[in-house]
Amino acid sequence: MQVLGILLLVFILGCAVSVAFTKNLLTAATVFMGQSLALSVVWILLESPDLSVTEAAVGTGIESLLLFVTLKKIRAVDQAIQSEEEKEEEEHGQTP
Amino acid sequence: MARRLDPKGQSLYARFLRYLSEGDDRLDREVMHAVDAPPAQPAAETVKAPELPARVPEAVVRRHTRAARIFYLVAAALMAAGISLLLILTTTDLPSFGDDGNPVNNEVVRRYLEDGMRETGSVNLVTGMILDYRAFDTLGESNVLFTAACAVMILLRAGNREERIEIEADERMENRNQDPILQTVTRLLVPLILMFGCYVILNGHLSPGGGFSGGAVLGAAMILYLNAFGSGSAGRFMTLAVHRAVTVTALSFYALSKAYSFFTGANHLPSVITPGTPGNLFSAGLIPYLNICVGLVVCFTMYAFFALFRKGDI
Repeated sequence: MQVLGILLLVFILGCAVSVAFTKNLLTAATVFMGQSLALSVVWILLESPDLSVTEAAVGTGIESLLLFVTLKKIRAVDQAIQSEEEKEEEEHGQTP
Repeated sequence: MARRLDPKGQSLYARFLRYLSEGDDRLDREVMHAVDAPPAQPAAETVKAPELPARVPEAVVRRHTRAARIFYLVAAALMAAGISLLLILTTTDLPSFGDDGNPVNNEVVRRYLEDGMRETGSVNLVTGMILDYRAFDTLGESNVLFTAACAVMILLRAGNREERIEIEADERMENRNQDPILQTVTRLLVPLILMFGCYVILNGHLSPGGGFSGGAVLGAAMILYLNAFGSGSAGRFMTLAVHRAVTVTALSFYALSKAYSFFTGANHLPSVITPGTPGNLFSAGLIPYLNICVGLVVCFTMYAFFALFRKGDI
């Protein structure tokens, strides 16, 4: 159990740091979602399953969905997809 | 009203409205103009494209930006280290986790643990605490959610009818080529999630969970359904009128039904509503009904947040 807890805490720390350092907002929201999911397991290890259910529903579900919708509203998702496509095109253009 | 008092539109409010309707680019334009326009030029030359101001030598710019970047880097590192140090110092000052002599282990905890089940009838002592001993706090929390939904509605609800119709048409276009995987999975999962949410709410006084967790689960299921099938299908049962009726009814029921403790329970007077047999589904006095109220408010608030963020209407 202790090993699982330490692994989860390390995962949460890694997620938190990578959210701060990633440039792509969509990636940041997704990583944030993963962090909440790990946190909800940590709540179970701390013997508070009710908090775990709330964390899974609010932190993983609703909060990240609100972030996604906001990103779509400010057209950050489209830009991210576009820049990805451009990058791919460039790579395809270079290979032949 | 404002028009009549202020026919020329010179008041601060009128100017603020004008600023809002014109957006920021008016300000930008003025600033750009002030920067771009050469200060004193003959009228004949203004027809030509305005000359750019003399450029700062590139080396100077580079040196300045490099200095600024290094400064920001050092300042950020110092700030992060300082805040981390502060937090770690504060944490070492806390009493150790789970220690017997911690200040939280006082007579309140003993009373809750020893007499909680007898007094509230709730097997899950957390629910007994938040919906019986401290039901007033929970009423405040539910009202916070309700107020937040109202504020989001004021801010994000699309202004007029045409705007809303336009948004809806856009969405219908988007939903036409919706992902079949998402739709199938949603069709399978949403009933299960809804059932789990209802279970968590109804067993709030028996098992872990309660109104807030169950309501959040229900809200997540609704949002999933809205995402997969669009507002056309979800709007059949979730309309603004339904949202308003359910949240207001739940909050009023909570407030009215909990008002009895101002007269009875709080003063050790006998209460009409008895705790019943702890462990039964219909026990614990008002707690199951209050759980349902909180769950409904949370569920509808979550759905309203998402729908308003997504398309500016419920």
